[in-house]
Amino acid sequence: MTALLEIERFTVRYDRLVAVNDVSLQANAGEVTAVIGPNGAGKTSLVNAVMGLVPFEGRLAFPAWPQVAHSTEARVRARISLVPETRDLFGPMTVFDNLRLGAFAARGERDFDMAARLDETFRLFPRLAERRDQRADTLSGGERQMLALGRALMLRPRFLMLDEPSLGLAPLIVAEVFRVIARLRDQGVSILLIEQNARAALRLSDRAYVLENGAVRLHGKASDIAADPRVIEAYLGGSVALASDRRERQSGRVG
Amino acid sequence: MTRRLIALAPWIALLAAALLPLLLQAYQVTVITYVMIAAVACIGLVLMTGIVGMVSFGHAAFVGLGAYVSGYLSTQLELSPWLGLAGAIVAASAAAALIGALTVRMSGHYLALSTLCFGISFYFLVGNSESLGRFNGLTGIPPVSIGAVELRGERQTYYLVLIALALVMAWCRQLLDSRTGRVLRSLRTGPVIAETFGANAQRYRLLAFVLAAVIGAIAGWLYAHVQRFLNPTPFGLNASIDYLFMTVIGGSGQLWGALLGAGLVTIIKHELQDVLKLVFGPTTRLEMLFFAAIMIVVLQKARKGLWPYLSQKLTPRAAPVAPVDAVVLRHRRVKPEHGLTVLSASHLQRTFGGLVAVDDVSFDVKSGEILGILGPNGAGKTTLFNLISGALPRSKGELSFLGQPLSRVSARGMCLRGMSRTFQHAALVQDMTALENVAIGATHLGRCGLVANSLRLNRVEERQLLGWAQHLLERVGLADKANELAGNLSLGHQRILEIARALASDPVLLLLDEPAAGLRANEKAVLADLLNSLRAEGLAIVLVEHDMDFVFRLADRLMVMNFGRRIAFGRPDEVRADAGVQEAYLGVAA
Amino acid sequence: MTADVALILLQDGIVSGAVYVLLATVLVLIFSVTRVIFVPQGDLIAFTALTLSAFETGNVPGTVWLLMFGATAAMLLELRQAVPQRDRARILRSLLRFGALPALIAIVAVFLVPKTAPLLWKMTVSCALVACLGPLIYRIVFQPLAASSPLVLLIAAIATHLGLNSVGLHLFGAEGVRTEGFSGQPFSIFGIIVTQQAAGVLASSVIAVVGLYLFFRLSLRGRALLATAYNRRGAELVGISTETAGRTVFFVAGLAAAVSGLLIGPTTTLYYDSGFILGLKGFVGAIVGGMAVYPLAAAGALLVGTVEAFASFWASAYRDVIVFLLIIPVLFWRSVSSVPAEDGLE
Repeated sequence: MTALLEIERFTVRYDRLVAVNDVSLQANAGEVTAVIGPNGAGKTSLVNAVMGLVPFEGRLAFPAWPQVAHSTEARVRARISLVPETRDLFGPMTVFDNLRLGAFAARGERDFDMAARLDETFRLFPRLAERRDQRADTLSGGERQMLALGRALMLRPRFLMLDEPSLGLAPLIVAEVFRVIARLRDQGVSILLIEQNARAALRLSDRAYVLENGAVRLHGKASDIAADPRVIEAYLGGSVALASDRRERQSGRVG
Repeated sequence: MTRRLIALAPWIALLAAALLPLLLQAYQVTVITYVMIAAVACIGLVLMTGIVGMVSFGHAAFVGLGAYVSGYLSTQLELSPWLGLAGAIVAASAAAALIGALTVRMSGHYLALSTLCFGISFYFLVGNSESLGRFNGLTGIPPVSIGAVELRGERQTYYLVLIALALVMAWCRQLLDSRTGRVLRSLRTGPVIAETFGANAQRYRLLAFVLAAVIGAIAGWLYAHVQRFLNPTPFGLNASIDYLFMTVIGGSGQLWGALLGAGLVTIIKHELQDVLKLVFGPTTRLEMLFFAAIMIVVLQKARKGLWPYLSQKLTPRAAPVAPVDAVVLRHRRVKPEHGLTVLSASHLQRTFGGLVAVDDVSFDVKSGEILGILGPNGAGKTTLFNLISGALPRSKGELSFLGQPLSRVSARGMCLRGMSRTFQHAALVQDMTALENVAIGATHLGRCGLVANSLRLNRVEERQLLGWAQHLLERVGLADKANELAGNLSLGHQRILEIARALASDPVLLLLDEPAAGLRANEKAVLADLLNSLRAEGLAIVLVEHDMDFVFRLADRLMVMNFGRRIAFGRPDEVRADAGVQEAYLGVAA
Repeated sequence: MTADVALILLQDGIVSGAVYVLLATVLVLIFSVTRVIFVPQGDLIAFTALTLSAFETGNVPGTVWLLMFGATAAMLLELRQAVPQRDRARILRSLLRFGALPALIAIVAVFLVPKTAPLLWKMTVSCALVACLGPLIYRIVFQPLAASSPLVLLIAAIATHLGLNSVGLHLFGAEGVRTEGFSGQPFSIFGIIVTQQAAGVLASSVIAVVGLYLFFRLSLRGRALLATAYNRRGAELVGISTETAGRTVFFVAGLAAAVSGLLIGPTTTLYYDSGFILGLKGFVGAIVGGMAVYPLAAAGALLVGTVEAFASFWASAYRDVIVFLLIIPVLFWRSVSSVPAEDGLE
């Protein structure tokens, strides 16, 4: 497996607060790497730093693309994309404009074809095609997440980071979002998936890291992590209920 | 020992200031006199800009108004300067009330711009006015006299100004520590907190605008009778900008910052001017470049100004605060009988453009009951919440509270009727203590107004309100955090603090918007215990939550929403068994 | 007042209004991309006229020193960030952008603009000098504040104005100037005598307004500039550099200020401090358009010009008072009809 992203002894701090503390992590080409952990574990700070949005200390490298500079712009130009937890859509603009701007950095590429990219995205998210001329800030939570994902896909990313794609969505929509992620994985996109929804994330991924209080507690093959008694206790069966397992438990209880 | 010293610091400073003229030369005394006049003006600006968050580029106009009114009355009409002071205050209040009525509703930069235009207009109006001496100004203004003693000399005017500064400072400190002040201090975060707890945010903004103008006019009055000559230049736009710079550089949120800023800017400017004149010739104004640069650096690097930075360096520990005795209010609202319907809503609807956010929703909540509202994001829960709490008007439907139909619902009105709420994103005033934040909740229980609060006639009431706040902090288990700034509390504690604040208004109905979001398991358990005990006291509680386990465990009845509609309503076990809920929300094929 | 007088006043108003249109349009542009209410735009206009006038008298304009000073400061700021990062491309870019380019313009201005040079050449160099100030101001003042509220940006803009104002007095002195205009016979349309200067002013305004409107409506690059205003982080995530966007609009602003300066220089006497009042008037127009809608802002600016022309006929001493008090009801109307913006200093 070739490593796509390698970080070593990685630390992110805001003023005195250390959000990510001495983390080492590797994401391989063609794989889904999951990072799971509770609120405040430092997951979002980690991807934001990888994307060049916040400063960090330590080593960070994309071995396949050694010349990529440490700025968000350079990352995007290397077709590395992040769908942030906060979505960060262009609210007063239409769905169409949001998507077009997703391909902004790719305009200069050879045989760049905006229409083809739009078609592709609309095929993946038919709902967005229906809402094509609606303002982004009038969309529902689920549609916004689809738009954020669609906007990132307009870049045809080689490495995609997703920050809590299921956060705040109804279970049905979560399922749809995860279906899309699975499809991207099958198409060979390398993905770094940040999730609190541990069960769904582990089911989808090849490798996983468990982050707690800014540090890696466990890491390994996703199937091993999912079988680890500590993970089962803390994330899959414990009192910290998560959308999908709640669903399963409740359906079990009810039906 | 150090703590005692810190507490006495203002008195020591006053004493030092009183002794200063004995040591300094006349020229230096005069400079300090003008610094103190500027500091008085800046205190007004601290109140308006730093505390309430309304930026003014026209403050010098109010200073000028005070100066010219008193100057005109004492020269043309030959009235005593003391009558001039009264005239200045009346004129400034009237002008500020008039302009404020138009402008305080504006937000942010719009308000700032209109003050700028007003400031420029004042300058041209005075400069073109025949009776005010046009751009040449008024001369021969008499000094202030006490009995037969005319305060002419540098040292005499110094003491006049020092006393005025001390009085204005003491007044503002007193006011900011009162019920009125707590509301004012909450306004920088927006009108929501004030309105939610029964205070008219616009009226308080207007109050701050008028107070700032009056304090400005007092500074102007001092200026007129110390300088004894007036022209429009010191009241133009540049002067307004100077005041703003002094305030921001000193620390816009702090009364002492006004003094620091006025001193630094005036003295550095003075010295700098002398140096620059030697280098660049007598007409140079390059010192303004220097100040512009300082200002920009302050905005870029230390937005809060120098005072907070200095005071942290000097006194890392806060001044001592006397512990407050917990008090239970004597006159509590009569709780409705157990099981009585507190709020009922029928066929509520709210549309945004074409989007129906809440569609034909009916429900009711009884006293001594927890009603849970569940639904995915975008299901309309928050909109429904805002319809009930008065943050948004409804498009259709009926609402009634304790049997009375509500035709129009405002946040303020609902608070007075006995409803209280928390917010999804903890809406606390970060730089006020936990105790003060809770006391904001009790705003509408107090009676003392501006005058009583200014003159310390509010001590009995303050003891009641703060004691009541302390009681509630004890109740929710935050008593040991009473004097910590709300912004320093953990998210979990902030949410609990919001509940304490909501309880402070002595409600019969409590609306909680996702109180468990972001809490740890043990914090959730504490919260659940608290809600259980509140229910036992007969409070009606509406709980919007994402965490289903939490809701199912607590709620007596549940309403499930999706796409703006109510899809189920009933006891938790009924709702759980409901086929529609399973299909639409839980994602299980029925 | 007779109809003739009214007609002349109206014409006057429209011509001076056209300058405010250019100003208002640029203010709206800057505001929509960076949330900065760029008060110093007026100062740049005055500086252009003063620069051109210095060339006309055969002196080296003070703008050259201002440019060199600003460029040095900007370059130091940029290098202080780029050097520790060892970002070679950025070091090189900053040396070019804030070192070589301003130096080149300064050399041209000092050595290659003799008193006898043709007017067009003097105008071009004046334009280059002033247009370059825009991005410098952005780099030094506003780029580090990019994430702040409009209110903080407004205070910074006022501080910038004050700084420019004091530099202006130092560099240009207190004397007023009136520059040479394009000569040419006045012509008449529908019986109204129109000077070529006035026609030039009107034409430039129309071109600028229509051009900007189309740019933001239709082009992806225009949408990208707007996107940075709607959501900075979102824009960064799709590869739109907010810094580039800011620099671009400030360059456009500088250029527009230079053009406005050349246009009004011959029609009125300009002093080092004339810019502020000028800027504020363009501003009243911009606010009528809610700082967002170009055609409305243009209409507002024309209205300001007309009001001003009539006010100066009836009560010339109170002309400015009338114009500025006009803004208060307009602001009031705008602020109650729009959603509250973010408030506060922090």
